[in-house]
Amino acid sequence: MNNTELIKKGLAKRYRREKRFRAYGLMAILAGFIFLFVLVTDIVIKATPAFTQHWIKLEVNFNPEILDVGKKAGIDELKQANYNLLAKKSIRSLFPEVKKRRDKSKLAAMLSSSAEYQLRDMLLAEPYLLGQQQTVWVLADDDVDTYYKTDDKSKAVRLNDKQKIWADTLAADGRVSKRLNTTLFTNGDSREPEQAGIRGAATGSFYTILVTLLLSFPLGVAAAIYLEEFAPRNRWVDLIEVNINNLAAVPSIVFGLLGLAVFINYFGLPRSAPLVGGLVLTLMTLPTIIIASRSAIKAVPPSIRQAALGIGASRTQTVFQHVLPLAMPGILTGTIIGLAQALGETAPLLMIGMVAFIVDIPHGFLDSATVLPVQIYLWADSPERAFVAKTSAAILVLLLFLVVMNGLAVLLRKKFERRW
Amino acid sequence: MDATTLLVVITTLSLLGYVLGRQRSIKVAANHGGQRKLHSLPKYYGYMVSLWTGLPALVLLVFWLIFEPGIINSMLLAELPAEMSALSENKLSLVMNDLQLLAESGRIKAETDPVKRSAAETLVGLENRSQLVRNILIFSVALAGTIWSLSRIRVHTRARVFVERIIRYLLILCSLVAILTTIGIVLSVLFESLRFFKSVPLTDFMFGTKWSPQTAIRADQIGSSGTFGAIPLFAGTLLISAIALIIAVPTGLMSAIYLSEYASSSFRAFAKPLLEILAGIPTVVYGFFAALTVAPFIRNLGETIGLDVASESALATGIVMGIMIIPFVSSLSDDVISAVPKAMRDAAYGMGATQSETIRQVLIPAALPGIVGGILLAASRAIGETMIVVMAAGLAANLTANPLQAVTTVTVQIVTLLTGDQEFDSPKTLAAFALGLMLFITTLVLNVIALHIVRKYREQYE
Repeated sequence: MNNTELIKKGLAKRYRREKRFRAYGLMAILAGFIFLFVLVTDIVIKATPAFTQHWIKLEVNFNPEILDVGKKAGIDELKQANYNLLAKKSIRSLFPEVKKRRDKSKLAAMLSSSAEYQLRDMLLAEPYLLGQQQTVWVLADDDVDTYYKTDDKSKAVRLNDKQKIWADTLAADGRVSKRLNTTLFTNGDSREPEQAGIRGAATGSFYTILVTLLLSFPLGVAAAIYLEEFAPRNRWVDLIEVNINNLAAVPSIVFGLLGLAVFINYFGLPRSAPLVGGLVLTLMTLPTIIIASRSAIKAVPPSIRQAALGIGASRTQTVFQHVLPLAMPGILTGTIIGLAQALGETAPLLMIGMVAFIVDIPHGFLDSATVLPVQIYLWADSPERAFVAKTSAAILVLLLFLVVMNGLAVLLRKKFERRW
Repeated sequence: MDATTLLVVITTLSLLGYVLGRQRSIKVAANHGGQRKLHSLPKYYGYMVSLWTGLPALVLLVFWLIFEPGIINSMLLAELPAEMSALSENKLSLVMNDLQLLAESGRIKAETDPVKRSAAETLVGLENRSQLVRNILIFSVALAGTIWSLSRIRVHTRARVFVERIIRYLLILCSLVAILTTIGIVLSVLFESLRFFKSVPLTDFMFGTKWSPQTAIRADQIGSSGTFGAIPLFAGTLLISAIALIIAVPTGLMSAIYLSEYASSSFRAFAKPLLEILAGIPTVVYGFFAALTVAPFIRNLGETIGLDVASESALATGIVMGIMIIPFVSSLSDDVISAVPKAMRDAAYGMGATQSETIRQVLIPAALPGIVGGILLAASRAIGETMIVVMAAGLAANLTANPLQAVTTVTVQIVTLLTGDQEFDSPKTLAAFALGLMLFITTLVLNVIALHIVRKYREQYE
């Protein structure tokens, strides 16, 4: 047997191996796709119930006796009125046969605790309603809400059998309506799932990212300009470069430790403030922005610089008036990507106390606040089942922001990037 | 006038300085034969005056804000009655805090304790005086800067050179922030760790096998000091990271090979960004996915084949973490594989090798250092990853190599120790910084080695 025959004999086997290897590669990519698909589908499915809410129609009689106020009560007196009892009476009036005390409280528990505040706001806005009968839609409690949303009614374990019958009766009477959940976008955090919203966290995220943008963009671009255009090649500059590369790979939680020790304990800045969060995220995103800006500046061809210098511009003028504008699309792309990273970051913010339970919507850089990813973390930890849907919905909102930001970055790159 | 208003005033003055400086230069030039005789463009004279107005005032303001509280505190201390200033340091700082709050509340008159009331009044007086002095001083510095620099404008004043030099200094300052950050990280974790190692010896921490960092409620409580043996944490971190790498390295490497060697350019253009989405998803989302979907799934799977799986198993956490770092491994490997010169590929094909033989016997050996560097970076990412493990791994420090049980990691413990209300000086909070130091050193070493390998390898082919 000569060599050619030997090779031909092994050829089939080698080709088979080639095919197998190729299949492995394709399988690896498919595995990645499947992971992505499962992850996104899982979250979308879990999130769907959170976008609707059930409301219950009540006939509310703003009876001064129930409210415990005079017949001609003024605003101040109306503020003190007993709206809790009013809400309870209103739902009890639908089920006059319920007499036992425990059953009565179970019945009242089917309404969200926000019902009494809703009734109060209604009466305060229109005091002439006192003594009149009104049809009012109020939020259902999250357990009732979950019950309506579950197909297999026997699985809704948080309601007892009587409550289930009541819920079915209400639905049969046409007193229940399923509406778009706007509470999710208008409210701050709450212990009650049906009243919890992401507005507070989103506002906190906005302030935090604003601080990050205002600090990291000028700092990062300035550092990149210096390193790329002015820095002499010596050991110091090498050190700075190595440093930046290493910082880019330091775990984010370490930046949180830095923030806790330096900004909060040493400088005495307030805990949970978007300002401190923004400072920590600035230090974290700075390496990303510097690295991206440097490569954008490097991509501007030397001929541009030589032309500017040739007609008498100084080096600073050359850089700021010619190189920087040409590098700007690349720099902005890098900045947006860095900010998107910062927007999704959770761990360092846990260290500086942005995990507090905060109901109010923050109004400034020093108010206590939380951010979207931390809100997701907090809700994911909550035992109520309705929070699973809320968490997934918050995740979808966060992902939407990230998609928009990254889309913007891609667009910028496509539209303005120049190839020399 | 508070600091913000002062800042606005300085900025306005500075803008005004720009206008004045510009006009002044034009006027000066007019007497000497027009603008062409000026050394710099008129706007540079504007910038110069603007900088002289704003910069010294700003620097002064920053220093004032940093040192003011300390100086006021010591002045207040000197005026406090003897029985108050003789208190121990801790109590004194409490009293000072109290006074501060009282002074800020604006309800001093309602305070019943006369000593406190007078002290708070002193504090308010000192603060008001300090603010007045500050405002006058800074305002005059700004004004002096304007007037002085305006008076210096001549035809031959080298305004552009001056402005550009200041810009250069500012740029240098900005690039030093990176160094300052590193120094800040090292100092903050190092100092707190040293304080921790005073109460818990380093050897106990590094080689102890029991971790239970509870703090005592009573002093005589059994086991009141807590034990801080970090071995179970290190082991847990390694276990989860190892599982993650077992998932991520083959998948990431194979997809990189397929994308760079086999895929058509249209498939690549669509598949690569899609895979990289995995890297852009926030880690808290992976944590949620791991805790609520993967972990129950694996537990149920284990139950059906008769295995006892913990609900917070290391396996579930590791798998999800592996998914997260797939794109990381794949894009780094893709870079190094594409960097292998075409000549090596062609030579192998010329010898009659199939594509997979070329990849396995030529490309991978040639790209190996880069791939190893990428894997090291991925490992450092896995070790430092926090949210997935916080949400999906356990809290109890089990020393086990069984991936079906719950283990805890260094990052989980840092988060648990530092979230919640406790005084800053207890060994419990300081332990978090010691763990942070370990984490920082480990990842730093991995990164330095990895970056060194990657860089060296890149130079070889360039």
